[in-house]
Amino acid sequence: MSNARTKRLTRITISAMTFSVLGILVALELAFGSVSHFLFAMVDGLKTVRFDVITTNIKYLLLGPPRRMGGIVLTLYLAGISLVLAFVVGLIFGLMRNSARAWIRYPAVAYIELIRGMPLIMVIFWFVFLLPKVFGYVIDDVYNVIIAFVCFSGAYMAEIVRAGILSIGKGQMEAARSTGLTRAQTMVYIILPQALKNMIPSFVNQFMSLTKDTSLAWFVGLFELTTVSSQVSNRVLVAPTEIFLFCAMVYFIICYSLSAASRWLETKLQAGAR
Amino acid sequence: MKRTPRELFIEFRLWTESHKRIAYPLFIGVALILAYLVYRLVITRLLNIHISYNFDFSVFLRQRLTDKSTYLSLLLWGFLTTLRISAISIVLAMVLGTIIAVLKLSKIKVLVFLSSAYIEFFRNTPLLIQIFIWYFGSDPFLPQVVKDWIYSQNIEFAYGVIALSTYTAAFIAEEIRAGIQSIPREQMEAARSQGFTFLESMRYVILPQAFRIVVPPLINQSLNLVKNSSLVMAIGVVELTHVARIIEAETSRVFEAFSMVTLIYLALSLVISFAINQYNRRFLRYIKY
Repeated sequence: MSNARTKRLTRITISAMTFSVLGILVALELAFGSVSHFLFAMVDGLKTVRFDVITTNIKYLLLGPPRRMGGIVLTLYLAGISLVLAFVVGLIFGLMRNSARAWIRYPAVAYIELIRGMPLIMVIFWFVFLLPKVFGYVIDDVYNVIIAFVCFSGAYMAEIVRAGILSIGKGQMEAARSTGLTRAQTMVYIILPQALKNMIPSFVNQFMSLTKDTSLAWFVGLFELTTVSSQVSNRVLVAPTEIFLFCAMVYFIICYSLSAASRWLETKLQAGAR
Repeated sequence: MKRTPRELFIEFRLWTESHKRIAYPLFIGVALILAYLVYRLVITRLLNIHISYNFDFSVFLRQRLTDKSTYLSLLLWGFLTTLRISAISIVLAMVLGTIIAVLKLSKIKVLVFLSSAYIEFFRNTPLLIQIFIWYFGSDPFLPQVVKDWIYSQNIEFAYGVIALSTYTAAFIAEEIRAGIQSIPREQMEAARSQGFTFLESMRYVILPQAFRIVVPPLINQSLNLVKNSSLVMAIGVVELTHVARIIEAETSRVFEAFSMVTLIYLALSLVISFAINQYNRRFLRYIKY
C-alpha cells in the first residue's frame, strides 16, 4: 500500500463529500430556485445599504459620547486593565492549583470550577448587584465590570498558568532541587521564566477573547463599542444591518490581528526553543 | 517520652494522611468557621460595614401578578428553555461544523477560502453582536422563504438558535479539522498493509481514534454553548438568566434569584465535565498525544 495511493484515497473521499455538498446546492437550485433567490436577495439587500449612516456617525461609533471614555477606547481599556489584573489573579491561583498541599489546592480548584461553570453575564450581574451591598455605597459600573472581568478571566488565566507549568516537565524541577534550591526558589528562578515565555501566545489569545467579552458590558450600559452602536442604531432606526456589521468589522479587525499575532508568536517561540 | 513540637506536628500530619475521610471535612469546617470569624471581625468591627440581607427563598413559591403561576414554575420554564435552545443549537452546529471542516480540508481553493472566512469571521466577532446582526439586521439578506418560516415560529427563539448554532459551528469545525488531521497517515498505511480495504481501515482504525480525540472538545463546546445561551436574553428569549432578571425586577429579591440560577448553571456544567472525565477515563487510556 503506497503512500501516494492513501493520499489519493483520502483526497477522493474529501472531494466526494465536497461535491455532494455542491450537489445538494445544485439540487436545491433546480428544485426550488432557492439558491439563486438567496443570491438575488443578497444583491438586492446590498443595493439598499446606506453607508452615509456610518460616515455621519463615525466619531460617535468609534469614540462614544464626548468628554467621556467610550467606544473603542473603553473596549480596549476594559480588556487591557482586566488582562493585567487577571494575570496576577491567574498566576496566584494557577500556582495554588499546582500545589502539593490539599488545603492550598482545593480552594483554587473550587474558585476555578465555580467561575468556569458560570456564564460571564451571571458573573457581571453578581458583581454589579453584590458590590454596592458589600461596600455600602454605589461605585461606578466601570469598576464593577472590571472586577467581574478580572474574576472571570482569572480562572481561565489560572488554567493557562497551570498548563504552562505542567508543560515544563519534571526533569527541570528535579535537576533544580538536586542542586540545592528550595521548591519556591525553583519555581521562581527556573520553572516560571520558561513557563511564562511559553504562555505568551495564550495570553494574547485571552486578550482577544476578553476584547470580545467586553461586549457584555452592554447589559449594564457602559458606553463601549456595542452599547454605542446599539444606541446609534436605536437613534437612526432604519439601518441596523449597516451599523452592527460595521461594529462587527471593528471587533474583527482588533481580534483577528490579535489572533494572528498569537499564531506568529507561537511559531516564533517554537523556533527559538529548538 | 517527651516529644518536640516538630515531631508532634509530623505525627499529626501522618494521622491526617491515614484518616483523610475524617480529617479533611474537619479541616474544611474549621477553616469555614475561622473565615466567618475573621469576616465578622474585619467587616463589621474594623470597617464598620453592616451587611443586612435576609435570605428568603420562599420567594419562589409566591405567585406572579401577571398570571397565577409561581416563580418556581417560571424558573423551571427558563431552565427548560436553556436546555431546549442548547440542544437544538448543538445538533445544528455539529452538522454545519462538520460540513465546514470537510470543506476546509478539500483541495478546491475557493471552498477553502470561503470556509476559512466563515470560521475567522464567527470566531473573531462577539456573539452578542452576531445576535444583534441576526435579530435586527438580517432582514435584507435572508430570502423571503426563510423569513416567512422564521416569522411563523417563535421569532426570538428561532434567531437565538440561528445565532448560537452558526457561532458554535465555527468552533466545532476547527475541532473536527484538528481531530481528522491528528491521526497520522502511517495508521492508514499500516491498516492497509494488514489487508483491510480503505473503508474497513476507515471504519476500524481511523474513525474510532479520530472520534475519541474529537469527542471531549465537542462536549466542551456544548458546555460553552450552554453558557453562551445566556446571551440570547438580549433579544428577549426567556431563558435562565432572563428569569433571574425577571424575578429580581418583580420581587427585588436579587441574591435568591441569582444564587438559584448560578446553582443550576453549576450543576449543568458539573454534569457535563463529569461526562468528559468519565469519557477520558474509559476511552482515552490508550491514546498518547
